[in-house]
Amino acid sequence: MLELTGIWRTYVVGDSEVNALRDVFLEVERGEHLAVMGPSGSGKSTLLHILGCLDRPTAGRYLFDGREVGALPDDERSHLRQHEIGFVFQFFHLLSRLTAQGNVELPMLFAGVPRDERRRRAARALEAVGLADRAHHRPDQLSGGQRQRVAIARAVVMEPSLLLADEPTGNLDRSSALEVMEVLEEMNRGGQTLIVVTHDPDVAGRARRVVRMSDGAFVEGAV
Amino acid sequence: MSPLELIGFAFGALRGHRLRTVLSVAGVAVGIAAVVALTALGEGARRYVVQEFTSLGSNLLIIMPGKVETTGAMPFGGVAHDLTIEDAQAIAQRVGGVVRTAPVAAATETVQAGDRGRSLAILGTTAEYSQVRQVTVAAGRFLPSGEAHQSGAELVLGSKAARELFGAANPLGKTVRVGPYRFRVVGVLAPKGRSLGFDFDDLAFVPVRTAMRIFDRSSLFRVLVEMRSTDGLDQAKEDVLGLLRERHRADDVTIVTQGAVLSAFSAILAVLTAALVAIASVSLTVAGIGIMNVMLISVTERRAEIGLLKALGARNRQVLGAFLTEAVVLSSLGGLVGLGVGALVVRLFVGIYPTFPATPPVWAISLSIAVSVLVGGLFGVWPARRATRLDPVTALTGR
Ligand SMILES: Nc1ncnc2c1ncn2[C@@H]1O[C@H](COP(=O)(O)OP(=O)(O)OP(=O)(O)O)[C@@H](O)[C@H]1O
Ligand SMILES: [Mg+2]
Repeated sequence: MLELTGIWRTYVVGDSEVNALRDVFLEVERGEHLAVMGPSGSGKSTLLHILGCLDRPTAGRYLFDGREVGALPDDERSHLRQHEIGFVFQFFHLLSRLTAQGNVELPMLFAGVPRDERRRRAARALEAVGLADRAHHRPDQLSGGQRQRVAIARAVVMEPSLLLADEPTGNLDRSSALEVMEVLEEMNRGGQTLIVVTHDPDVAGRARRVVRMSDGAFVEGAV
Repeated sequence: MSPLELIGFAFGALRGHRLRTVLSVAGVAVGIAAVVALTALGEGARRYVVQEFTSLGSNLLIIMPGKVETTGAMPFGGVAHDLTIEDAQAIAQRVGGVVRTAPVAAATETVQAGDRGRSLAILGTTAEYSQVRQVTVAAGRFLPSGEAHQSGAELVLGSKAARELFGAANPLGKTVRVGPYRFRVVGVLAPKGRSLGFDFDDLAFVPVRTAMRIFDRSSLFRVLVEMRSTDGLDQAKEDVLGLLRERHRADDVTIVTQGAVLSAFSAILAVLTAALVAIASVSLTVAGIGIMNVMLISVTERRAEIGLLKALGARNRQVLGAFLTEAVVLSSLGGLVGLGVGALVVRLFVGIYPTFPATPPVWAISLSIAVSVLVGGLFGVWPARRATRLDPVTALTGR
């Protein structure tokens, strides 16, 4: 489903260059559950952003279902993000002015889903992450774990084929972390491809495959 | 995404950031209010001047003693001859096309009614004056006509003067004193406002010879000449000058007409109009820059939101639509509030100076609204457009 070939991501900081990713190769099958581990600053988020079409590689090829994604026009990348990719950010990125329900409805609003259906699907997604009773709370009225789950509900509500989660349990205690992983793995069992970045060996251990990064590259070679 | 949903989203954003919305609307409103209030005052000043000089009547000649048109001294080094009541009578009898003349003597003196006194402009004139200047009497009558009455002791009060001197009491038939002289109030004028430099509501009329005697004047202040028609005004002016040259054996009076006054003041009017345009453009620019700053700040602040919307799959067009809607709603709202505040300021000003015709010109209102919406839309969308060009992560993390 996904194929990265010789991916580089280079940031220019002042006069020097930072290689957040250096020559990365990766293949991911449809329906796979993959965990990405590695020390802070090793390039995990950068990798996930490129996979999620939120960022473009400086060099290299990214095939999504056989299509070269880096060369796609802006609108088609938007379309891909809208229908194929669900992203759970490391720092949630919820709109503070909207309720949990409103935040989950947001991707559907721009996809042109009619209002009633939007309501219904958002409610169902919130129920799936166990937040049906918090639907009308704003983010600042929710705990960190609850916000994380709202972000997950928003990521899955469009029923994407690829689910990317950047440290979804980073801010959670053990039991909340377990709940969140349950939700994500449930989606994975439903056929969605799941890629999780994590520092937690327990979380990583639940994945079928684990890759480790260090200094912008995979440690055990291409996997 | 339907237009209705777009507007809903924009309003949600405005409601969600209440403080920023209030500040933005206030910023826009201050600029627009300034445009409205300042141009209203400027336009008021222009109208005031025009009004003052068109209230004369276009068929009127005004004769003033002394020659103001020549630069040097009087001919033969002499002083100006007195302008007299007899001159006025001669003009009425001997110049063709004259309907009537009214001699005017002027002084400022305290008028005493019982224990109340008030300093008033006192005009000594004849019954003809009320026709020449179209003065309306609200109660009683104007000065009596006829030669015999030119030395009488009648007095007509302006509406405000009557109120100040007599309060609610009826002044008709009452006695007032000017210095040691006693007058009987025979009439009160209807309100008229200012004209030719006099406040017609706050003055008194007395018979002309009486005025010249008690104020010790040998020359009239003015002679007003009403012509049958506006045509031949220049000829009449020449005739009057000729007649007075013959009577005074010198060219020692000045005659002005409304046309002459207006053309003399056309330079002032042009300056006033230019000042008005300058005021409007300065305040429009200030308003425009204010709106621009507000929009630039509020949109730049929300780069992260643009990044998020894009990350969730919103097209660039949709994001721009949302921000354009928001910007237009914001600046229109500010424009409306500004118009309201500006109108209120003008209303207050007119409340304090009722005779000042302050109204904001229509072009200033429409221009200020157009500028607020245009500038608001432009600077609401331009930074948003820059943000949509970025990859979602770059916009989102603000790096
Ligand atoms: N916009 C940027 N400009 C410059 N350098 C960047 C930028 N984004 C990331 N980097 C650098 O790229 C490297 C990888 O960053 P990345 O965020 O992918 O790390 P990470 O593995 O997700 O770390 P963490 O576990 O702390 O989230 C880091 O050295 C970081 O400093
Ligand atoms: Mg990271």
